[in-house]
Amino acid sequence: MANAAVATAGAPTRPVRYGSISQSRRWALRWSYFFLVLFAIFFLMPPFYMLVTALKSKEEIAAITNPWWVYSPTLSNFIELLTQNQYLIFFRNSALVSICVVVITMMISVIAAFSLARMKFWGSAALATGVFLTYLIPDTLLFIPLFKMMTFVRELTGVELVNHWWTLIIIYPTLTVPFCTWIMIGYFASIPKELDEAALIDGATWIQTLTKIFIPVALPGIIAATIFCFTVSWAQFLYPLAFTTSTTELVLPVGIVTTLIKGDVFNWGQIMAGALLGAAPPLIIYAFLMDYYIAGLTAGATKG
Amino acid sequence: MADIAARNSAVAGRGERSSLHKLMQRKSTVAFLMALPLILLITILVAYPAGYAVWLSMLNKSMTKFVGFGNFQFLFKRDTFWEVVAQSCLFALTAVLFKAMIGFVVAHFVNNIPTKGQRKWRGMLLVPWVIPAAMSTLSWLWLFDPSYSAFNWMFAHIGLPKISWLGEAGWARFSVILVNVWAGAPFFLIMYLAALKSVPDQLYEAASIDGATWWQRIWYVTLPMMRNIIAITILFSTIVTFANFDIVRVLTAGGPLTATHVFATWAFKVGIESGDIPLGATVSLFMVPILAVAATFILRDISKRGSEV
Amino acid sequence: MAQVSLRKVIKKYDEVLAVRGVDLDIADKEFIVLVGPSGCGKSTTLRMIAGLEEISGGDIAIGGDVVNDVPPKDRDIAMVFQNYALYPHMNVYENMSFGLKLKKTPRQVIDQRVKQAAQILDITELLDRKPKQLSGGQRQRVAMGRAIVRDPKVFLFDEPLSNLDAKLRVQMRTEIKKVHQKVRTTTVYVTHDQVEAMTLADRVVVMNAGLIEQVGTPNDLYHSPATKFVAGFIGSPAMNFIPCQLEQAAGALRVRLNDKLAFPVPEGRTSRYSAYVGKPSLVLGLRPEHIAETRPHTEPNQHDFEQVIEVVEPMGMETLVYFTIGGAEVCGRVNPNAGATANGAMKLRADLSNMHLIDDTTGKVI
Repeated sequence: MANAAVATAGAPTRPVRYGSISQSRRWALRWSYFFLVLFAIFFLMPPFYMLVTALKSKEEIAAITNPWWVYSPTLSNFIELLTQNQYLIFFRNSALVSICVVVITMMISVIAAFSLARMKFWGSAALATGVFLTYLIPDTLLFIPLFKMMTFVRELTGVELVNHWWTLIIIYPTLTVPFCTWIMIGYFASIPKELDEAALIDGATWIQTLTKIFIPVALPGIIAATIFCFTVSWAQFLYPLAFTTSTTELVLPVGIVTTLIKGDVFNWGQIMAGALLGAAPPLIIYAFLMDYYIAGLTAGATKG
Repeated sequence: MADIAARNSAVAGRGERSSLHKLMQRKSTVAFLMALPLILLITILVAYPAGYAVWLSMLNKSMTKFVGFGNFQFLFKRDTFWEVVAQSCLFALTAVLFKAMIGFVVAHFVNNIPTKGQRKWRGMLLVPWVIPAAMSTLSWLWLFDPSYSAFNWMFAHIGLPKISWLGEAGWARFSVILVNVWAGAPFFLIMYLAALKSVPDQLYEAASIDGATWWQRIWYVTLPMMRNIIAITILFSTIVTFANFDIVRVLTAGGPLTATHVFATWAFKVGIESGDIPLGATVSLFMVPILAVAATFILRDISKRGSEV
Repeated sequence: MAQVSLRKVIKKYDEVLAVRGVDLDIADKEFIVLVGPSGCGKSTTLRMIAGLEEISGGDIAIGGDVVNDVPPKDRDIAMVFQNYALYPHMNVYENMSFGLKLKKTPRQVIDQRVKQAAQILDITELLDRKPKQLSGGQRQRVAMGRAIVRDPKVFLFDEPLSNLDAKLRVQMRTEIKKVHQKVRTTTVYVTHDQVEAMTLADRVVVMNAGLIEQVGTPNDLYHSPATKFVAGFIGSPAMNFIPCQLEQAAGALRVRLNDKLAFPVPEGRTSRYSAYVGKPSLVLGLRPEHIAETRPHTEPNQHDFEQVIEVVEPMGMETLVYFTIGGAEVCGRVNPNAGATANGAMKLRADLSNMHLIDDTTGKVI
């Protein structure tokens, strides 16, 4: 229709109304960084402060110099902490509890998740929902009846459950198993059924399918669940506070809070050093396995 | 599939098949056995205690007599109880609201910067969530110390008055909420950042061309697309914040007096420290209504999400 | 007036030039198609007109005003995306009225325009459905409706039919043409499908590697391609390219393809080609539709020759035959009843009035 002779537009005018697009984008970027720095300061300030205090001697803390900086750093807090038997006992207890809980949880969760994701049996759908609901029941609701149940067991069988750190190994899975099962179900369900069928044709039993196919393929999910399990166990505060009282039975979070605060005298240098060391294992795992850590978090939309 | 595999392993075995053996080979049995530890765990250590808590709440202090709703009536008459209710609700609502807003805003900022740097910033901003709550609260306790507070030190330098962060009821409540928001906002940040990335760019482009300004784009494109994840995170966080124990316990132990007690800490004080287990159980049961409501919404939302796809 | 003009438009990504200097003038109400292979810069150019990509160099003007720094929402344009980009949480009516709602247009005006556009596109019954309840073709029509309702200066289409299956594509092509006839708005349409380009465009812009190869009406491009690229891009099956030599014999020029085959050059072209006699790297371009079965009487500029057919593809209304000359695979279109058989010899007729001579060193048609 139109042929090649096209009227050229009248000399293009340049209206002075708008700033350049790239300018406004650059400003948006500057504001973003500005606010990110502000929030980073907000979020990182307490850990930083923990470190600064942990490096201060008692005298420097009492002297009320600039609390945000350490002028004569010393490792004495850390050394005292680690040479006192107590702290190491706390650390040991925490480590043992956490590792055992991880092992137990993963064994229960992976197998249960496989069964719920792949095999159908009467009530499996209800059970899957039930698992999820269980996670919504907080520890703050269960700790009192559990406490009573433990004294009850003592009366019944003479086995003393209260005030032993290994009791926690039985209790903690109530926190970790539901969630780990839930995310493992999600990971297993996303493995295509064709993989099962291929394994079947190749002659695998269901145990072999689980160990040689599912677990390797769902490994990222397993790692994420393991990390979640460990950090939850490590950070637990309520259950150990309720169930353990003797110094030798305490785990780290409770140990630091209760023993380092003797009466009115707070040994802040050591407290901060203790807290820092206590926060170290999750932080180290986070630093090296951040993506798995976050995957575990986002897999279920929980905790926070 | 698994039943064929089960039968295969049955064929491998020779000899007489007892009926027990046959039972073991059925797929549903195998599946049930695999789920059994889970079922036992939940039944014995979760479901039973939950029911037991209800039973306990109806006993008297020495647990010798059944008193029905006596404990409940006792609580309703006590002022402290109503304080605890108000405080728990206040903390939950305020903290969740701020956590969600901060998470949403910061997620936008992180999304704005080039992708290469995002990982670094995300890593830094998630730290409060990684540190065990009890430990990080200790640092806040030190920051709020009546004599040595680093904040007060800064205030003194710029001429502002000292604040009794944990000693005065109003400020104590503020401090508890602040620490809760500090520790929980990163969770929202991560969830919202992931959700932001899942909104297709072309929708924003289409909105731009349709004439939307930046906040209109957020209102008409981002928020509707993120409606589900926002609902889920808020509901979950409400449950967790409502039942929070660690932060209050370490920071104020419920004080000053009872100004910052929430259900969990007060139940602990009453039940374990004062030794009145039934009363403690009663207190913690009051969390159930809120939890039940939130849980119903979550379940409904999740199944709706499943069918919407 | 809604003309669009591009002057020396350049787009750089880091150090890579995606668009290397585009000059183009689009008249008001014209339907222009940018066509070319993947990565040729056509989508990038379109997005620069839309304001979705920043312009690294040069100017773009819409309706006489330079819009380099104007954000998309102020350019008064509408765009139809390849993936439709419908707002999933709004129904069709809301999707179509969104732009007007943002401009605070009164409700009756919105209602009237939406219903009008829905009628043109035949989607009136779909107005209260959500995008996920619609088929691909319906979604595409809603996307077009959203654009029409805005009544913009320019319509921009970014490969809108690429996500549809072949049959639907043909249908929608016709729809788009009908809509353009009813709603006369300047349109810039991007596609990699030359059939779409030829059937829809008032003028076609062939792009390659960030530059414009040729601009012209579909007929111009078909009959008088300027470069080898355009010659080979337009037309399906593609034009045959056979390396050849130009020889002179008794005042007349001949194109020699191999020892046995040489075609006489039509008289009118002697002056144009004479400078190229004996030059190396010459290519003969001849479209398959100009190689047919031979016929009983001779005609001017028609030359008969015989070939052994290698592959026969019956298409129903015609049969494609493939054979080799001088190492190049050649395609011809013959009548299905002409008796073409694989590995059988066949007499063919080449219509040399439609030949093109190409200088392979420059890629230009002589």
